[in-house]
Amino acid sequence: MPSDLVHLYMRIDHLPQMWCPGCGNGVIMRDVAQAIDELINDPDERFTREDFVIVSGIGCSSRAAGYLDFNSIHTTHGRAIAFATGIKLANPKLHVIVLTGDGDCSAIGGNHLIHAARRNVGLTVIVFNNDIYGMTGGQYSPTTPTGDLATTAPYGNLDRPFDIAQLAAGAGASFTARGDVFHARETTEIIKQAICHHGFSLVDVYSVCPTYYGRKNKKGDAVEMLKWQQANLIPGARFETMSQEDRQGKKPIGVLTHNDYPEYTDEYLKLIDACRKKGRK
Amino acid sequence: MSKAVLMQGNEAAVEGAIAAGMRFFAGYPITPSTEIAEGCARRLPQEGGKFIQMEDELASIAAVLGASAAGMKAMTATSGPGFSLMQENIGYGAMAEIPCVIVDVQRAGPSTGLPTSPSQADYMQARWGTHGDHPVIALSPSSVRETYTLIIRAFNLAEKYRTPVIFLMDEIVGHMREGVELPNPNELIINHRKMSFHDGANKQCYFVPEGEYVPAMKPFGHGERYNITGLAHDQSGFPTNSSQIAGKLCQRLMDKVEKNVDHICRVEEYAMDDAETAVVCFGGGARAVMEAVLQARAEGRKVGMFRPITVWPFPEKALKARLPQLKRILMVEHNHGQMLLEVQRVAGNEKPVDFLGRIDGTVITPEEILNKLAEMEGEHHAQ
Repeated sequence: MPSDLVHLYMRIDHLPQMWCPGCGNGVIMRDVAQAIDELINDPDERFTREDFVIVSGIGCSSRAAGYLDFNSIHTTHGRAIAFATGIKLANPKLHVIVLTGDGDCSAIGGNHLIHAARRNVGLTVIVFNNDIYGMTGGQYSPTTPTGDLATTAPYGNLDRPFDIAQLAAGAGASFTARGDVFHARETTEIIKQAICHHGFSLVDVYSVCPTYYGRKNKKGDAVEMLKWQQANLIPGARFETMSQEDRQGKKPIGVLTHNDYPEYTDEYLKLIDACRKKGRK
Repeated sequence: MSKAVLMQGNEAAVEGAIAAGMRFFAGYPITPSTEIAEGCARRLPQEGGKFIQMEDELASIAAVLGASAAGMKAMTATSGPGFSLMQENIGYGAMAEIPCVIVDVQRAGPSTGLPTSPSQADYMQARWGTHGDHPVIALSPSSVRETYTLIIRAFNLAEKYRTPVIFLMDEIVGHMREGVELPNPNELIINHRKMSFHDGANKQCYFVPEGEYVPAMKPFGHGERYNITGLAHDQSGFPTNSSQIAGKLCQRLMDKVEKNVDHICRVEEYAMDDAETAVVCFGGGARAVMEAVLQARAEGRKVGMFRPITVWPFPEKALKARLPQLKRILMVEHNHGQMLLEVQRVAGNEKPVDFLGRIDGTVITPEEILNKLAEMEGEHHAQ
């Protein structure tokens, strides 16, 4: 029995999706749909379906925009956040959600990521982070761990990886968080918080790519990779209670930074008001 | 009649675009186009519009396409190096049929070249810069006043045909100041994209009625839930691998410009009625040509100016119509021979085509044109 979310929020005609068996991307897409569904149906919130715009770049992650039944735009490689900036400025009432990958947003699109974070444009960026370029068949990305194998790192990856959530926080993002596909319920809650945040928000969601990353690096099948997430990605509250020794090799998931900075399109509307008042004098 | 104002070409581009309804500008500073960004930063908020200085030209064109998809008339401005960076997304705009205007104030290249010096060497890049076969409309003004009126036409064409329009300026026109009388705002013709609303979710957002070439546009956030993509797509806006559907789409994209060349193409002809020699030129280069033609006419020589205002598609029909009366053609442009290739293609073996070009960042003078004409006429008589 498929989830009701499929009928409610996915374009049935365009399913099944094209991701490989065991891919984590479908879970993240479901989390996004679940988060939106809960917000739309929350009487205390003011979200309507038509106000959501899904923007994506290029790569495995970015095919999600075509499956989700919202206003959707599948843009060019790396540029989703820049397109989204234009959409948000043109119509600030829209809730603009960017679905992107580790390569799309932190390699070719890295410049747009840090500048959107710095400006605090009210976008929600969901990173489908699978540590690899999947669409092109398994080349190392900016999040591939040092030493791991990829088709372009046949002797092991020499690069040091980005932590995308920390990268965004360092660039001044007002809301950053981390999630993963094993902790789907927690991740859905985090995505809800990110969408409700007034300003730039980023959720770095660790996906799994058993086909191109897991297999090459002897990480086991999809189930093994999810078990690794269960053991090593720890919900923040529990992580806090762990000793330094127990924290070794593990990362917390949950909200990492949360600040209220002026949102860019709000500030621009104030600027327009000020210019017009001055013009009338 | 409105009063005359002293204005720079780049300023006229800003004021013309605002008159056309442009309310979103995203750009990145680059000489010699920077005054356009500065002007938009100052003027747009006064008009309720928005300016944003993006982190680079890749982002600028992307933001412009995003804003236009969301329903705004949008523009960016750049010069050669930035124009090169924008190319990928110009193709996206053509494929996804998102109207916008890209101003390229040409400077001397290649590479960083001579940033403050004039050039017209992006002519071919305007046509072929983005990958794949795609429709292109490019307009090139030769005066400050024409910059104002022609950029309005650039928006009108972008909106009518749902495609990016290249506004090919050059340093000569961009930085030149002239006294201009701007047209009365209520005399202007302003077109808007054809819109469609509320016909249900995912219903054929790229549907084109029989005999038409351009689908009506739905903006985001107005009740529809549709998909935009740079992948080959069907009429519902979703990716397809069908060669039949992809071929039909790409043909329609080409057809919407090719089948409408008579509407899109504009030329200025001066003293062409009895001309035996046509001097072909465009943009800022036309100014020296006009002076040369006036001097040649004063000497009783039958020389005229043929100036494509629409530089892409090249106004083939108009030039062809002049061929029977002509003895020779001179192409004058600030590059190594780019529009020359189009003129040669149209002239074929019928008439000799000569060339006067320049790639050192200086301007061609009327004297040089007159000398070249005398040389050509001499050669002709000697034959």
